[in-house]
Amino acid sequence: MTVRIVDRRQDSRNKSSINRSRFIRRFKGQIRKAVADAIARRGIRDLESGEKIGIPGRDISEPQFRFSRSGIRDNVHPGNDRYLPGDEVDRPLEGGSGQGRGQASKDGEGLDDFVFTLSRDEFLDIFFDELALPNLIKRQLARIEEYRRVRAGYTHTGVPTNINLIRTMRGATGRRIATGGPHAVRLRELQEELARLQALHPNGDPEIDRIETEIAVLKARMGAIPFIDSFDLRYNNRIRIPEPSTQAVMFCLMDVSGSMDESKKQMAKRFFMLLYLFLNRSYEHIEVVFIRHHTAAEEVDEENFFHSRETGGTIVSSALKLMREVIAERYSSSVWNIYGAQASDGDNWSDDSPQCRDLLSQSILPCVQYFAYIEITDGEPQNLWLEYETVRDFHADCFAMQRIAEVTDIYPVFRELFKKRLA
Amino acid sequence: MGEPSLEAATENSEWTVEAIEYYDREIGRVARNYGLDCYRHQLEIITAEQMMDAYASIGMPVYYHHWSFGKHFLETENRYKRGQMGLAYEIVINSDPCIAYLMEENTSTMQALVIAHAAYGHNSFFKGNHLFRQWTSADAIIDYLIFARNYIAECEERYGIDEVERLVDACHALSNLGVDRYKRSPPLSLVKEKLRQKEREEYLQAQVNDLWRTLPRHPLTEEPETETRFPAQPEENLLYFIEKNAPLLEPWQREIVRIVRKVNQYFYPQRQTQVMNEGWACFWHYTLLNTLYDEGKLSDGFMFEFLQSHTNVVYQPAYNSPHYSGINPYALGFNLWQDLRRICENPEDEDREWFPDIAGSDWRETFQFAMTNFKDESFIAQYLSPRLMRDFRFFAVLDDDSRSKLRINAIHNEQGYRELRQKISEQYNLSNADPNLQIWNVDLHGDRSLTLRHFTHRRRGLAEVSFAALDHLAYLWGFTVRLEQQSPDGDVRLLGERKPERRRRL
Repeated sequence: MTVRIVDRRQDSRNKSSINRSRFIRRFKGQIRKAVADAIARRGIRDLESGEKIGIPGRDISEPQFRFSRSGIRDNVHPGNDRYLPGDEVDRPLEGGSGQGRGQASKDGEGLDDFVFTLSRDEFLDIFFDELALPNLIKRQLARIEEYRRVRAGYTHTGVPTNINLIRTMRGATGRRIATGGPHAVRLRELQEELARLQALHPNGDPEIDRIETEIAVLKARMGAIPFIDSFDLRYNNRIRIPEPSTQAVMFCLMDVSGSMDESKKQMAKRFFMLLYLFLNRSYEHIEVVFIRHHTAAEEVDEENFFHSRETGGTIVSSALKLMREVIAERYSSSVWNIYGAQASDGDNWSDDSPQCRDLLSQSILPCVQYFAYIEITDGEPQNLWLEYETVRDFHADCFAMQRIAEVTDIYPVFRELFKKRLA
Repeated sequence: MGEPSLEAATENSEWTVEAIEYYDREIGRVARNYGLDCYRHQLEIITAEQMMDAYASIGMPVYYHHWSFGKHFLETENRYKRGQMGLAYEIVINSDPCIAYLMEENTSTMQALVIAHAAYGHNSFFKGNHLFRQWTSADAIIDYLIFARNYIAECEERYGIDEVERLVDACHALSNLGVDRYKRSPPLSLVKEKLRQKEREEYLQAQVNDLWRTLPRHPLTEEPETETRFPAQPEENLLYFIEKNAPLLEPWQREIVRIVRKVNQYFYPQRQTQVMNEGWACFWHYTLLNTLYDEGKLSDGFMFEFLQSHTNVVYQPAYNSPHYSGINPYALGFNLWQDLRRICENPEDEDREWFPDIAGSDWRETFQFAMTNFKDESFIAQYLSPRLMRDFRFFAVLDDDSRSKLRINAIHNEQGYRELRQKISEQYNLSNADPNLQIWNVDLHGDRSLTLRHFTHRRRGLAEVSFAALDHLAYLWGFTVRLEQQSPDGDVRLLGERKPERRRRL
């Protein structure tokens, strides 16, 4: 009897994934905190990796009734090289460090962080947990994977409607030539021979009879080659490729005037980064438009957006105007989900602020999914903020604003801005 | 049937199914010659990841879900990926048929080693040893685990993951004190019960002398109304007690307590026989493969690779080595069995003096007896020879926290052998590994509070973490739980008291 060998490599992969997700579920609080810390350290492009997370070992210990280290105990060790009965030795026993460590963790006193690696998806899921974009619902319903059918060569199998006649007939012809070829050659030879013999022996000859029989056999054989065989059939092949069902464009608007210093820009960067990450989870395809402004606005690439510096005054409306133009030119709101995120320190020409308000509420908010404004300042709210407040009152469903003072405020602010709304 | 040639099977380090079949057939043949009695077995090829899965779920192919297994998986994965640990080459499951996992990364030599070690070594131990025979039913365990997983999943659906998780947490916290160390007497059948009752009645009737009834009662000798204690006898199996007696648990909760308890009980013999079992398996893979080599069925290259792995497994670092982390059960076990064979086959005078019964006996019979009837503690107490103690250079250290220095109590010399052997044996006594805690009393007429008593031995106290476990006990019991400590001279003091978080509805 031979032994039974079962190859299990293909089945029950990721058997622990449930336990793993249970673990993450249970320690969500600690993990979320660790994730928030990690995000603060990350660059905007650094989204394609998981994250190593440490959470306090004490939180996740599994308690049991155990001995403490007190009292009297006997230990037996191997490898005696120097001791005699009755010897007194300082503790810990030399080289017994391994033992000591083992004891410590046995008592559950080990306070080391429990370190493990979150996959990218887990990392982001935790990060975006409980968040959802407003007004997303209708688009989300439409997000059921749409497919486009495209041609992709030919196959041997398919339905009759898809038969490709040219390919099929070409194949059949080739096959007939290939299989009938040797017979045809032989037939020609025999026919020549027959003609020659018939000329020599007009009255018949046994050889002639033999050749005629062979010719008959060959013709029968060639006749038996099917004109078309199931083997010849070729079908047009069509495959389905997923159609990016939703696409989004995200406008990042930032004040780069002299009053926006580097730390404020870093804060703004985090804010944009978070929005980008979130959109990335929701849309197949995202474009990002960076618009910076001081007294005049311009569209720039990411590098210039964050790292070059201008001086001068501030006219916020210039950026809004540019955004409006770009939308009109390239991102029709029937095809694109448009998101706007604006960061500023609140400085603006006082007579420009009402203009901003009008621009926003009349020409931008009607065509965007959401517009978020953060004001990075620790001072008193200025005129832009006050004007925007009136915008918020009228467009609460697609406009949000927040003031932040420190880097650590960003995460809560972000959550606040996009907190799940109950319909 | 075409025999795959020896060359084909062994020349390549990559394993093939044919090579595994060949090894299994040959090893099986030799094992039968040695008289090893095994369950049927099944070899399963798995990946490293699946091996880590198996680690996390105590090696079982099916198991219920719990976050702590996820934690262990992450821990293992982390250490494995950082190269801090290798994975075990094999895991074997005490079931019938016995399932042995072979990891796909193993070379073909390693697969042969694993087959000999697990599918024949461990397998025969599971089938033969009395503890496994008594406590585990190999043919039913897989079915039971499937039942357990489905049942717990169903409860999660019905009562919510959090509720179930809370309960399983609590059960896990008590799991090391949730095993029966001794067999309970089986419940009597109705017929037997009646028979006994009748016997008792007849006996009492026979004792009655009607005259006694007429004696007036003396007020002093009259029995005082003693308060009935509950439980009548202290109970050391906390999970069992909870399952049977916790007042507020619902039926499904009792069932889950029972599941955790049962699974734990199933693995208890493995903890009790680690040294013997691993040693047995090592002895047999060593013996079986060497026999095959002597028959000329294995190449030199194979043997080199095999011996290298083997020596790594049974290596015992000395106490002062940086790699030292206690006595290696593989090393001790392997050497115990090897030494036992030596005592049987080539006894010296010392052995004849120490082991008069077995010196010079038939080693297969002695092995069979030893394998069947012992556990680590008794096996060591019975068979650890002076020679082995010398080879290991064992020494016993007394660690008394009231003294500033450690004291060397015994070493491997004539005066020390017996004491040393006894100390090593005690080290493997599981009753010494966990604190002696017993359910002492339940205040049935009052607030239903439960008293758990710790009986100290050699002044060993409870670690702080025990109070967290006490919380779990309070959760299960549903009423106040007290932890007392009783010293050997009878002093009892209260260590702590826990009230459950909230009363659950009845």
